[in-house]
Amino acid sequence: MTALLRLAWRSLRDRFSTAVLTIVAVAVAVALFVGVEKVRTGVKENFTSTLSGTHLIVGARTGQVNLLLAAVFRIGNASANVTWATYQDIAARPDVEWTIPLSLGDNHRGYRVLGTREAYFEHYRYARGRSLEFAEGVQFDGLYDAVIGAQVARELGYGIGSELVLTHGLGAGGITDHEDRPFRVVGILKPTGTPVDRTIHVSLEAITAIHVGWETGTRNPLADTIPEEMFAQFDLTPKDITAILVGLKSQKTLLRTQRDINTYNREALVAVIPSQGFGELWTITGIAETALQAVSAFVVVVGLVTILVSILTSLNERRREMAILRAVGAGPGHVFALMLLEAALLALIGGVLGVVLVYGGLALLGPWVTQTYGVVIAAGWPGVFDAKVVGAVVLAALVMGLWPAARAFSRSVADGLTVKV
Amino acid sequence: MDAIRIEGLRFGWGKTEPLLEIETLTVARGERLFLRGASGSGKSTLLGLVTGVLAADAGTVSVLGNDLARISASERDRLRAERMGVIFQMFNLLPYLSVIGNVTLGCDFAPKRRKRIDGSTQAEARRLLARLGLTDEALLARSVRDLSVGQQQRVAAARALIGGPDIVIADEPTSALDAGSRDRFIELLVEETARTGATLLFVSHDAALGHHFDRAIDIGEINSRAQVAA
Repeated sequence: MTALLRLAWRSLRDRFSTAVLTIVAVAVAVALFVGVEKVRTGVKENFTSTLSGTHLIVGARTGQVNLLLAAVFRIGNASANVTWATYQDIAARPDVEWTIPLSLGDNHRGYRVLGTREAYFEHYRYARGRSLEFAEGVQFDGLYDAVIGAQVARELGYGIGSELVLTHGLGAGGITDHEDRPFRVVGILKPTGTPVDRTIHVSLEAITAIHVGWETGTRNPLADTIPEEMFAQFDLTPKDITAILVGLKSQKTLLRTQRDINTYNREALVAVIPSQGFGELWTITGIAETALQAVSAFVVVVGLVTILVSILTSLNERRREMAILRAVGAGPGHVFALMLLEAALLALIGGVLGVVLVYGGLALLGPWVTQTYGVVIAAGWPGVFDAKVVGAVVLAALVMGLWPAARAFSRSVADGLTVKV
Repeated sequence: MDAIRIEGLRFGWGKTEPLLEIETLTVARGERLFLRGASGSGKSTLLGLVTGVLAADAGTVSVLGNDLARISASERDRLRAERMGVIFQMFNLLPYLSVIGNVTLGCDFAPKRRKRIDGSTQAEARRLLARLGLTDEALLARSVRDLSVGQQQRVAAARALIGGPDIVIADEPTSALDAGSRDRFIELLVEETARTGATLLFVSHDAALGHHFDRAIDIGEINSRAQVAA
């Protein structure tokens, strides 16, 4: 077998251009397949690790995926709000340890603004229990203080003391700017690889304050005439909020608390257990994932077909080679095995190169992907999955190689030693 | 025991008329036989039958006491690998192997043949190449594509001779050589087979080569189908 392997290797080297092109085709196909899987699992892990330690997400009654996307990922909007009275009711429950009120609505240059309380910095956890840390500065204290995520700071070039003007709603800046009440950056969070990096955090009271005069949905010019000192005397407690993150004293009460909130009689609410919300989300995205996997699997098949074509097209010009091998004692079985080994070698080298391409690419482009798309895909080292993919590709190549191997076998029997090429 | 004994042989490609019908042909051990015949007369086919690569439709082909019809295909392959050496007309070498790699190629498929070599197969390959006039180390390191046809044929002869086979079969090995190179090549081949006691079956269309050998026959004399065609 060693002799045949050496022959297969040298024969491939002799057909360098064809072999390299075939290997590249297989490598690209495998890279696509492994890359899709890495991105798929990476995105899933990113989504899942965005929230940790929160037992329930509470919002006005809506679909649990909708609430999860709006409250945790700042994607879309909640269909309705939760009144402040209801929030206080939930926060006062004996089984509740902590709550984080969330109020979403405005933006700054495309980055979502989140109104919340100090509890956010104390209790919010991501990536299996990691808490938020400040790269610079402190959490908000004054009315117009803002704490910005790492990506906001990096992309917009903001530092401590930078001023920023919020824009009403999710529209572009302009006439809907809250330019009369600019915010000042007092804190910058360390990168988390979650939507927190792309969020501007302000106090709930600040959200109320900047919306004084916006009760009709458009700006009332008279609001500008209210002096700043008067705001200090206003009750800036919000009337309603978007959602509540809830931490329980005991996991054992989870289902009972969820049921109580879902049947809350003063307001139509929904309490989502994050893992169940994620489960529903994966069910929805599963169809697209399967389609993507199927497409990349077909690309792998195309890569394997290139191996088949490359070996089949070489058979005619190699009849003399087979005859020489037969003359020196190689049996048809040796010729058969030689073809299979060539197919396996092409697949193995292509497969390994494909995996190297993915992991090398991730190591090189990972920071750019994180910066551009906010998704952290760990490059790491190839694992069992990658070995299985390469193994499967080699196995499939061996199966495909049966055809040219069988042709070479039968030709070598028919040609004998008499080929005149 | 004869090296080769053929009796009542009949062979044809597919369902066409038989190409070969040989009543009897015997080659003694150590004999150097020259088999001549025109192109298409069935010389190479006969060599295919003798080496066990092709199977006779009828009759007996016995090589070194082995009736090829009575042994399995893998045993025929083994017999060829262990006890025979074959030289082709041209394009005799695998282009992706070095000179030494080409010479030792057969030993990869024949452990017994390798065992018959004293020392390493590489050293034996160098010794044989030197006897055939190829001593330049730079030349041995070159790709076989860079060798002249004459040099390639000597490498092919070294491959056929390595491990001391009992039978050496040469199929038109000199047809691409000029007269001087051709005669030197045949002399080397005859000398080497005489030294090891190997039987040499040399096939060519060129009747003028017959004087180099112990015996010369025309395939037309032994193949009754050729007589029919004539």
